[in-house]
Formats: sequence, structure tokens, C-alpha cells
Amino acid sequence: MSDLLAARSQMALSLAFHIVFAAIGIGLPVLMVLAEAAWLRTGKDVYRRLTRAWSKGLALLFAVGAVSGTVLSFELGLLWPRFMEVAGPVIGMPFSLEGLAFFTEAIFLGIYLYGWDRISRGAHLAAGIVVALSGAASALFVLSVNGWMNSPTGFLPGEGAPVIDPVAAMTNPFWIANTIHMVLAAYIVTGFGAAALHALKLLKDPKSELHRAALRLAVGLGALTALLQPLSGDITARMVAQEQPAKLAAMEAHFETGPCAPLNLGGLPNEETGEVRWALQVPCGLSLLVAKDPDAVITGLNDIPRDEWPPVAPVHIAFQVMVGIGMLLVALGLWGGWRIVRGEPLVEPRWMLWAFLAAGPLAVVAMQAGWVVTEVGRQPWIIYGHMRTADAVTPMPGLVVPFTLFTLLYLFLTVVVVLLMLRLARSVDAREARIQAEAERPSETGATSS
Amino acid sequence: MAGAPGLPEIVAGVILLALMVYVLLAGADFGGGVWDLFAGGPRRKRQRDVIAHAIGPVWEANHVWMIVAVVLLFTAFPRAFSVIMTALHVPVTVMLVGIVLRGSSFVVRKLDEEIEEERVSLGGPGPESGPGPGWQITFAVSSLVTPVMLGVILGTLSTPAIGYEDGVVTGGFLRPWLQPFPWTVGFLTLALFAWLAAIYLTLETRDPELRDDFRRRGLGSGAAVGLLGGLAAVLGRGAAPEVSGHLLGTLAGQAMVVVGLLSWIGAMVLLARRHWVLARLAAGSTTLALLAGWGFGMYPWLVAGAVSIPEAAAPDVTLRLVLAILAAGTFLLVPAFAYLYWVFKKQVLFPGRG
Repeated sequence: MSDLLAARSQMALSLAFHIVFAAIGIGLPVLMVLAEAAWLRTGKDVYRRLTRAWSKGLALLFAVGAVSGTVLSFELGLLWPRFMEVAGPVIGMPFSLEGLAFFTEAIFLGIYLYGWDRISRGAHLAAGIVVALSGAASALFVLSVNGWMNSPTGFLPGEGAPVIDPVAAMTNPFWIANTIHMVLAAYIVTGFGAAALHALKLLKDPKSELHRAALRLAVGLGALTALLQPLSGDITARMVAQEQPAKLAAMEAHFETGPCAPLNLGGLPNEETGEVRWALQVPCGLSLLVAKDPDAVITGLNDIPRDEWPPVAPVHIAFQVMVGIGMLLVALGLWGGWRIVRGEPLVEPRWMLWAFLAAGPLAVVAMQAGWVVTEVGRQPWIIYGHMRTADAVTPMPGLVVPFTLFTLLYLFLTVVVVLLMLRLARSVDAREARIQAEAERPSETGATSS
Repeated sequence: MAGAPGLPEIVAGVILLALMVYVLLAGADFGGGVWDLFAGGPRRKRQRDVIAHAIGPVWEANHVWMIVAVVLLFTAFPRAFSVIMTALHVPVTVMLVGIVLRGSSFVVRKLDEEIEEERVSLGGPGPESGPGPGWQITFAVSSLVTPVMLGVILGTLSTPAIGYEDGVVTGGFLRPWLQPFPWTVGFLTLALFAWLAAIYLTLETRDPELRDDFRRRGLGSGAAVGLLGGLAAVLGRGAAPEVSGHLLGTLAGQAMVVVGLLSWIGAMVLLARRHWVLARLAAGSTTLALLAGWGFGMYPWLVAGAVSIPEAAAPDVTLRLVLAILAAGTFLLVPAFAYLYWVFKKQVLFPGRG
């Protein structure tokens, strides 16, 4: 394994690991706040128990997100020192703002998790709302950095020092579109992820009051955001077409520039021959999607210098996976949303629980695939059009060692977190069973005495 | 030296300030992990409970001070960041693994304990095979390794071993930090964190026996701080001549050394006499004098002999924006941070009113 490949793999691994916890750190506070607000409004104790159960999970997941995010901030320099030397002053501003947002989130999460008995109910709910908002704000600022790598405005390298404009860099074209896409993804992953866990429990005990309440809130969040995501995706894709034609061509496996460009659904592109096998082709589909005009000319890979192509097959396949899963989640969201609106239970028919159970992991896969599209699709550039990834890597030899180390560390932590979440769910169930038993006893005695 | 400080000097000062707050707050969280490892005697379980209780609500917010320092470093002094991360790849990576394991083991262990307590309260059978003692050890060992590596990194930056010419780091990837001086600073950092934690912990409990446990630990680690600090000063004359000369050869530097020494002696005497609050203030003052002295000695270098503040500074436009964000952030975060400490550390910070 070359040092460059090891560095890229370590970065990809660290991002893939962190993004799951980051997404939950953005989404779970929303669910928690919804549950707590439901408790304050209805006075139903099940919502209080649910809030506490979710917040216990969040304590663990947020901490893993915080430390893995710290790793990333150092890895930018450990792996890509030459990139950071150029990019630091340009995109330091959103990074600094992200630091502030993260600070706010950490402070108020501490207050939220440990402050149940120390502050008023209103103050407690407000702390939760601050956590949810600052989580989304973190995404806003990190996505600004990523957007800049893909559309580097405010940066003119030349002889000597580059001319920079940090405000123009921060407000790059991709910024807002990518943020909306990612924040929605975070809510989808959290909504369907939580739905999967509670569906698993409901398969065993479909009567559980807590899991039923949890499933409704989780599916509600997931459904609403899954329905919005295609709109956001459409805006993002058209922005890619404008800013990064090479990435769009790779996403769509579009090799020949021309009007009435077909849309390749699925299929395996061959970079050498420029052919796509086993794809379902929609005539003029790509032109229609990108420009709303069947005759629009779409740049193909043939008009892009060969050494500036991203790896076509991985980007195309990842894009198909993301969109395919997205469509499944839209369907599931429509069904779930319909049942919720009509006030019908989500636990029947029973096979729907299996669908929710599958949707959680699938949502995570879709989010990871989306990041593959963005990041692999940006290659061979680290700053699009300005600096190649290969020129940014550290001169440090033996990078396969830290890559192996972090792989083992993150695998281990993944196993630990999953096992512990299941144990937490079991512990919640034990308490629920006790509560149910106690609730049934007085009513029985009441029945006999009357 | 330049006359009035310019923008780069101000931002460098803020980085030092963030580092000071990090050491005073997060340092004590790591130190708590050290005392978790050395918890012993008849009150072992209670010691660990006090430590976990003290760290729990604040460690994540405290940890962010390190992120602040790192983000400021790569935004305002990108070359310094690039050189440090290249030359010190190995100790930084070890430190990161320590940070990951410390944070995650702390929350895993806590959640694990909560689940166990819940089970026992519901009349479940005795302890099942949870993560248990493995996490105890992971938490304690990572609390030990991380401060040492942080100290090794800061120590190496003070020596001229890293070297930087024409965009290339010249000192190699191992030799600069595999020297006695950086490791002395590493163990000094560990001792300092443990000392701060022990002194803070005397205020986290009202139990006189537990207080005396932490008092003994404070006296022991305080002695280690003195010894390692002295050793670092002696080794530093040869290993970090410029920093050492600047610190010991100027009136301002000598003043900081004197303040540091007097604070340390004061903290030890006050701790021995059980003046908990004053001992804490003196320990804080020792720490601040130490870091201020180090920063003063380093000036104008960020990496001694290799990267200086004016050379590495980002364009003024970036520095101005960063300072504006810091000002806005201070405005927002200081009240929030104060609220956090008010909610959880009221009795600790103002013991008279508890």
C-alpha cells in the first residue's frame, strides 16, 4: 500500500466513522427535544422515560463523535500538511465558527444530561433545543469547508502568496445546498436508525408503550426529512453540473458530451472503453434532470483531461446506491407518514417493522455513499482545480501503520458502541416490564373490590 | 523584539491563553483519570465516585479548548501547524489515540455502571459480564498517556531539533522527540495534571477522610511537579538554550519563574495545612506562571529555531476575522461556560455558601 493510498484510506475511514456519530449528534437531540416537549405538554410519563433513554444513548454517541472529530482536526495536518498550509487561512473562519458551535453543543449537552434535577423543566428543555440547534450549526460550518474544497472561491494562487478572501471562501456556491442535504441526511439517519432499534424491540413486544411512542417520533422525523431530501438532492446535483462537470459525468457514467444525454440507471462503467454495461438507459434523461431541457448539452468525460477524471465506477455506483436507497426511504416515509397522519399504529402489519429494521442500516449506507460521491468524485483534487491530493500528502513514511491502528481502534469502538446500545435497550425494557406489571396490579385489585 | 504587539502576536497570545485554560480545566480531568488508576485503600470506590462525579458534566466542554487552540493554530499560523503535524506525527497520533480511548472509555464505563445499577435496583441477578474492569484500565491508562504525549510535543517544540528549510522538515520523524528533555516535560505535564486534579478534588467532597486522601496525593504529585520542573530547567539549558536563555536571562522571565516557584511553595504549604480554596488558587497560579513563562521563553518562535510568529502568520484579513470571531465567541460562550460551572460546581467554587 502506497503512503498516499494509506493516507487517503485513513482519512476516508476517519470520516466514515465520525460522520455516523456526527449525524446522530445532530439528529438525536431533535428527537429528544420532541419527546421531552411531548412529556411537558401531555404529562404522559412514557415520554419522560423515552427522553431519558434517548439521552443516555446520546451521552455515549456524542462523546464518540466529539473525540473522533478531534482526531479529524489533527488528521488534516497529520496527513495533508501541505493542504492545510494553503487552506488554513482561507477556510479557518468556518472552522473557528464550527469550534464555537461545538463548544456551545458540548456545554449545553453537559447541562442537559446532568442537569435533570438541578434546573427547571423549561430551562432543561431550552438546553436541549440549544444542543439541537448548535449541532445543525456545526454542520453548516463544516459543510462550508467541504464546499470550498469543491468550489474554491476567494482563493487566487499566483506567484508568491495567494490572494485570499475568507468571506468569499466561506460563502462558496456549494455551502448552503450541501448543508441542507447533509442536515436532512442526519435527520433521516437518526430517524430511521432509531426506528430500526425500536422496531427490533417491537418485533418481540408489539405492545410496549415506550417503543411505540419512540417509533412514532422516529418515523415521523425520518419520513418528513426523507420526503424533502430528493428536492435538496436535485438542487445539489444541478450545482455539481455547474461547478464540477467531471464529478457529474462520473456520477452519471456519462462519457460522451452531447445533447439529449441519457440517464444511466445502475450499470457498471468501464473507464477504458467508455461503455456502461447493464445500465437501464432513459433517453435524454440526464439533460432533462440537469437542465429541464431534453436538448441541453451535458459535458461528458471525453471533454475532461484523462488525468483529471475521478474514479468513475466507484462514484457512479455510490451515486446509484444513494439515490436507490433514498427512493426506498421516500416510499417508506410516505407509508409511515400516512399512517401517522391518520393516527393509525405503525406496528401493523408486522412486516412493516421488518422494513423499518432494514431502513436504519440502509440510511447509514446511503449517507456514506453520498460522501463517497462528494469526496471520491472530487479526486484527483484536494482543492478543486488548484491542488492535487497527491501533492498534499505528508512526507512521513510508513503511513500504513497509523492507518492500521485507527482501523483497529474504530472497529473496536463500533463493536463496543453497538453492544452497549443493545444492552441499554435491554435495560430500558427491564424497567418498562416492571412499570407495566405495576400498572396492571392495581387495576386488578380495583376490579375485585368493586 | 518588536515594539507593540501586532495582530499575529495577539492571536499567538490567544492560543497560549486557550492552552492555559485547557491545562487548568481539561488537565485536571486527565489528572482525575490518574487518581482513578491509583485509587486505593479502604475508600477506593468512593474516591472513584468523586472523580467520576467531578469530571462527568464538564469534560467535553473542557476538551474543546484544545480544539480552539488547534483551529487557531492552523488558521493563523498554517506553516507552524503543517511543520508540527509533519515532524511530530508519531507523538500526535499516540496522543489522539489516548484522547479517543479516554473519552469513549469514560462514557462507556459510566453507561455500563448505570445499566448495572438499574438492573440491581430491579432485583436482577449479580453483576453480569459487562465491559467492567477493562474499561477502568483503559480510562486510567489513556488518562496517563495523553498528558505525557502533550508534554512531549510542547517540549520538542521548545528545542531546535525539528528544523525547517525550504518547505521541508529536516530533523527527521523520530529523533527530535526521542530526547530526554521532551520526555521530562512530558512527565512534568502528567505530574502537573495529577497535582491540579488532586487539589481540585479536595473540594469536590465534604468527607474529611476523602479530602485527606486527595491531600496526600496532592502533596506527592506536587513534589513530583517540583522535581520534574527542576529537572526540566536543568536539562532545558542544554536542550532548549534559546527558550531557557530568554526565560532565565531577562527580568520579565525571571519574574515569572519567581512567581511560579513562590506559588508552588505556597500551594504545597496551604495544602499541607488544609486551606483547600487557597491551595487551589496557588496551584492555578503556579500553572499559569509555568505556561506564561514557557510562552515568553518561546517568543518569537512557534517551533524553536524553525518557524516564527511573523513568518508563519496568515494574511491580516484572516487574522482580523479570527479575532472578530473570537470576540463574538467570548461574548456568547463565556456566559454559557459560566452557567455550566454555576449549575454543577456552585458548591465547589463557592464552598462557603453551600
